[in-house]
Amino acid sequence: MTRYLDYSATTPVDERVLEAMMPYFTQEFGNANSLYSLGRDAFRTLEAARESIAKNIGAEKPSEVIFTSGGTESDNAALIGVLNKIAPEGGAHIISSAYEHHAILEPLAWLEKHGYEVTLVKPHTDGHVYAEDIEAAMKPNTKLVTVMHANNEIGAVNDIKAIAEVAHKHGALMHTDAVQSIGKVPFNAAEMGIDLASFSSHKIYGPKGIGALYMKAGTRFDPIIKGGGQEKRRRSGTQNVAGAVGFARALEIMMEEFDTENARLAALRDSAIEQITARLENTEASINSGDRLPNIAPLLIKGVEGESMLLQLDNLGFAVSTGSACSSGSLEPSHVLLSIGVPQEVAHGSLRISVGRHTTQQDIDDLVEALVPIVERLRAMSPVYTRMFCS
Amino acid sequence: MIYSDKVMDHFNNPRNVGVIEDADGVGEVGNPTCGDIMKITIKVDDNDTITDVKFQTLGCGAAIATSSMVTELCKGMKIQDAVKISKQEVAEELDGLPAPKMHCSVLATDGLKVAIDDYLKKHGREPLAGEIKSADPNFDPHADEDDAHHDDED
Repeated sequence: MTRYLDYSATTPVDERVLEAMMPYFTQEFGNANSLYSLGRDAFRTLEAARESIAKNIGAEKPSEVIFTSGGTESDNAALIGVLNKIAPEGGAHIISSAYEHHAILEPLAWLEKHGYEVTLVKPHTDGHVYAEDIEAAMKPNTKLVTVMHANNEIGAVNDIKAIAEVAHKHGALMHTDAVQSIGKVPFNAAEMGIDLASFSSHKIYGPKGIGALYMKAGTRFDPIIKGGGQEKRRRSGTQNVAGAVGFARALEIMMEEFDTENARLAALRDSAIEQITARLENTEASINSGDRLPNIAPLLIKGVEGESMLLQLDNLGFAVSTGSACSSGSLEPSHVLLSIGVPQEVAHGSLRISVGRHTTQQDIDDLVEALVPIVERLRAMSPVYTRMFCS
Repeated sequence: MIYSDKVMDHFNNPRNVGVIEDADGVGEVGNPTCGDIMKITIKVDDNDTITDVKFQTLGCGAAIATSSMVTELCKGMKIQDAVKISKQEVAEELDGLPAPKMHCSVLATDGLKVAIDDYLKKHGREPLAGEIKSADPNFDPHADEDDAHHDDED
């Protein structure tokens, strides 16, 4: 039996979500753009899903929600779609942070190659991006600011409202990647004053392959996916009605269970951090205070290599994640940990435990029992552990 | 990126772990910044045969498995043959390594080379391996990156 503790990577589809989706595969399969009743019914279902999502993210109008294939597409569309429209010849400046997801960093690198200027602001060692640092990076030609709402490796939650105020004060648009935060911390697009936001369904017990881009009414945009003009010409392609229904239902459940579930997850997170740091010397949480997600325990286990820990935990049936270089296929450890000032040799020992709907206290207790001897064994096998930490 | 069963076997049950206290040769390569460090200690008899070998490694699954495999391969070998064990040979014995992991097998063979040269130097003899980049405390594994990818395409 696998004990799944990697809910920030993905989540299982909730049974209630699956049930809501089922009719739309084989029976109510119509194309939402067809004029006959099967198509019109699909259209109504799609619009009901849009309305539900709009309400739960604090959009003022359902039409501000555009369905996409997921978080990565939403991020690409937000950055490239907006800049292509407002500065088609390049020359505009974009501010972001150094610990964004690659779905932001890679489109930014592409934009940089195509005549745009990019500044990546460093987060502080407390894990947060500060509005004053964004302000200090402003230039007369800054057109867009994009900062993630919650970081996927360390769980830090940023004050997007404050950053949006700075962006708007300087005439720039504000985008946030809310893939990790939605349903776990309060999110209201209108109150936060943002222009664009990215969401994904599979992080909240919905199906993979569907997400959304929030785009405030009136935002100038050139679609990156061109074709039949669906989604009010902002994202072509036949809409994924079953996916939209699943995503909407998944978000509804997150909101219905918001208070009780997030308090329960935060207690599990804290239990994991407390037990592991108490039982193992030279371990700490990379961030352990301030505004953060209830479900990520970001640990640094010094003097071991993350992939070794991950594989040995997997042998015992525990699925966790690491930001070590060796797990990613690159030689650099996590850019997130390095950006908040974690030294390279410590970043190699990162362990991300992310809890979710099916995690119990027993799972956390069992994980700790499994992890302690694994770390002790790996440290005993290390030629440098004593030299590095016990002198 | 998936490890072969043989890599997982050597990772889960590494052979020859530890330190030979009265070793004839000691080699240490890698550094904490790059994430992989290997230390190898060898006993060598009067006929230049490696009679015992032990290792310690801080690193990923591939680093531990390649270290373990190198110790198995070199035990009972003449140092003149052991110094020639290549990273390709180690990877092949493990039924292959994923491309980004090829640099780990360099570390294992380098560790053995440094230990052999250490033994030779202690006996006033000419080293066989010569300069080993990863024995430098400022070793940068990135220098090897392209090389590692080419190896996998062979």
